[in-house]
Amino acid sequence: MSLTFTATLADRGFDVAFDLAPGETLAVLGPNGAGKSTLLGLLAGLLAPTAGRAELDGTVLFDVGPDRRTLTEPRHRGVSLLAQEALLFPHLTALENVAFGPRSRGVDRGTARATALSWLDRVGAADLAGRRPGHLSGGQAQRVAVARALAADPSLLLLDEPLSALDVTVAPALRTLLRDVLVDRSAIIVTHDPLDAFLLADRVLILDGGTVVESGATASVLTRPVTAFGAHLAGLNLVPGVRTADGFASADGWTVPLTDTAPEDMSLAHSAPENSSLAHSAPEGASLALAVRPGLVTVSRSDTTTQGTACRAAEVDDVEHRGDLVRLHAGGLAADVAPSDVVALGIVPGSRLFLAFRHEDASIYPL
Amino acid sequence: MSGARLTSGRGIAAAASGAAVLLALTGCGATSPDAAAGSEGNAIDGSITVFAAASLTAAFTDLAGQFEEAHPGAEVTLNFAGSSDLATQIGEGAPADVLASADTDTMGRVTDLLAADPVAVATNTLQLAVPADNPAGITSLADAARPGVRTVVCARQVPCGAAAAAVGESAGVDLTPVSEESSVTDVLGKVTSGEADAGLVYVTDVRSAGDAVRGIDVPEAARAPTTYPIAALAGSGDPATAQEFVDFAAGPSGQSVLRSAGFGAP
Amino acid sequence: MTASSPNAARLPRWVVALAVVGSLFVILPVVAMALRVDWPQFIPLITSESATAALLLSLRTSLTATALCVLVGVPMALVLARTSFRGQRLLRSLVLLPLVLPPVVGGIALLYTFGRRGLLGGSLSALGVEIAFTTTAVVLSQAFVALPFLVLSLEGALRTVGTRYEAVGATLGAGRWTVLRRITLPLVLPALVSGAVLSFARALGEFGATLTFAGSLQGTTRTLPLEVYLQRETDPDAAVALSFILVLVAVAVVGVAHRVRPLGDLAPRAASREAARP
Repeated sequence: MSLTFTATLADRGFDVAFDLAPGETLAVLGPNGAGKSTLLGLLAGLLAPTAGRAELDGTVLFDVGPDRRTLTEPRHRGVSLLAQEALLFPHLTALENVAFGPRSRGVDRGTARATALSWLDRVGAADLAGRRPGHLSGGQAQRVAVARALAADPSLLLLDEPLSALDVTVAPALRTLLRDVLVDRSAIIVTHDPLDAFLLADRVLILDGGTVVESGATASVLTRPVTAFGAHLAGLNLVPGVRTADGFASADGWTVPLTDTAPEDMSLAHSAPENSSLAHSAPEGASLALAVRPGLVTVSRSDTTTQGTACRAAEVDDVEHRGDLVRLHAGGLAADVAPSDVVALGIVPGSRLFLAFRHEDASIYPL
Repeated sequence: MSGARLTSGRGIAAAASGAAVLLALTGCGATSPDAAAGSEGNAIDGSITVFAAASLTAAFTDLAGQFEEAHPGAEVTLNFAGSSDLATQIGEGAPADVLASADTDTMGRVTDLLAADPVAVATNTLQLAVPADNPAGITSLADAARPGVRTVVCARQVPCGAAAAAVGESAGVDLTPVSEESSVTDVLGKVTSGEADAGLVYVTDVRSAGDAVRGIDVPEAARAPTTYPIAALAGSGDPATAQEFVDFAAGPSGQSVLRSAGFGAP
Repeated sequence: MTASSPNAARLPRWVVALAVVGSLFVILPVVAMALRVDWPQFIPLITSESATAALLLSLRTSLTATALCVLVGVPMALVLARTSFRGQRLLRSLVLLPLVLPPVVGGIALLYTFGRRGLLGGSLSALGVEIAFTTTAVVLSQAFVALPFLVLSLEGALRTVGTRYEAVGATLGAGRWTVLRRITLPLVLPALVSGAVLSFARALGEFGATLTFAGSLQGTTRTLPLEVYLQRETDPDAAVALSFILVLVAVAVVGVAHRVRPLGDLAPRAASREAARP
């Protein structure tokens, strides 16, 4: 393991443990107040745990218990932090900012400048070397910040929502840059954007209320979420239910048969057949989850139950605009429909509708 | 009461307006029923403001009380400050009826504003003040001039400093003070706090400082006492009361008060 | 403050009127004094032996006092802004005390501390250090009243800047001294400069504590304000001319303190960065 981490912080109700393999990138997701920033603070040395131990490449970051208290100073941890804001030192040029890490570690001025220039070049900001942060755009500043974090040669790179403060037109290019530099680098990225997790991380850790509620390979967690938050992040409807003799049944009336042949699920690219067969082979009464994308849920005024379709009547709780789509919330499901359909069907909160999805569009797996 | 008597250039307007204010303030006293009912021609029952040198504080507070007792209805407001400050304020039109200064030079600066010639009411003499425990063992002015002795005097620009310089010269002693203060109060303060080993102050200051300091006579100073003149001011709204106060201070009661405060006879 | 100014137009007239009165209240006395200056004699008046001595002494002591304020004020501001301990609020209030204390009271307090019979004076005397009636006493008086200006302006700036840059510096491997030297202090440099300038101005104007504690001797303890006070007794023209020098210095100080870039310019917000985007 590159990193082993176990920590509790009593007054924040934080209690988290996880490991990180060398070169692995872990995405930490969770609602506000879930403990994401606490996790980074503990690793960077900006916070001290009530109890716990973390070790990075053989260096003890902290080791706190009833009879011991080791807290390594931030500068000796080999942990660099890239925050939401670039936080470039405003009184130094881009080059001096990047050279700051090497200089602080005792590298001579000339070598530090050379290192800084090569990193600026790597992030595509070599031409900005002489500029002060006040004269950089948000995207440029964040590029320089990436170079600065990496020039310090960290054993672990922490990224705290590094793209969230950026303009949507700038974020993709920087995401590509991060994807490039994070290869084979131990890193932890806190994000609220599942896209970041998909594109940048090997594994995902979902925190809620200070504890880990889901963790696993990115693809697995984001296609077969087991918590409402995980489903929300993945943009999926999550319907909890149980294994019945016929297949899947939820408390609110959704039933989907589980046939011997696993449903072919093209929409969920990473849906592994063996998971569906796990659901299939689950004993009767076992907890199962059903996931279906809101875009694959259809609505109509009449019952459209046909072979291979699940359909149920429901009352519309809420209607919200989402760009060029309208999202309905009804019967515990979200459904994305075209605005024209909303008008044609006369949908308002309180309308009674029939919701339907094809069996093959749903992913069913044990909870 | 007319501004025509004022000759000092830029002070005219200010002094005139000050006098007008004074007139307004004291006018009601002068025309009160009591004044009309007074048995004498010039009733002494008005309100006056007396500007007096800071060293007269204790004596004049006493004196004003006795004056008010002797003249029921009369009211004396006292304003104490350095003589020079007082002269400047009067020159700028401050509403004063009487000025008592700590030296004749200062009185000379306001000659044009006086109602009558000044009268000498008291003298004061410089004395060496030393802390009660006299750490430097001072017994004479010559001791105060010894190297290593911290002597404090007034600056030459103020009356007590001019007097100190004169005393030093006549005694043939070259005082090298560690500080030349702006007022005699500051000199005394340096001695009472023990910062200075000796200070040249007035006899009356030594007396008012009580047990905190001891006074050591300086023969040369005793031969050249400072004279305190007093005079009524031309701008007074109640010339009769003002002049009566001057006379009272120069008279037996006033002299007795001043003498008991340590002042010498004029 | 013309009526055509859009801001003035939006305010009730009486507010503008009172503002005019208030401004005149501050400006008129300075104008009145300038009118009293004996301009043909101005140069001779301010270059007399005593005036020159006072001016040079004032500059020397005020600069020393400012240096002293920076030396101890910066650590004080850092401790107040970056640490928390029991009694910190109380300490902050006490440190700011000279700001609101009448200067003469400050002088008396200093007297009972550093005076011959003061709390430390006895021990200092035993060590051969005599402070009373020396230029050191002037510097101490000035530093005493000027220190809060530096601490106050610097502590505020430190709190505004926050600790985020310092945290970044630490994670990049910088030690405490490096963080202080290369991040914290450069970030608050504008506040440090304006605080030092204000301290200098306050030191230059110090009168009460000096008068009470240090004494008054030409070339040693008689600073410019004391010289003005003394000259007033016999030579009001010289007093006015010297006062005008102090007014000029004050105007220059206000100008400098005003020109120092506010902190907002140093720590750009996301908005300004977006604006700079090509």
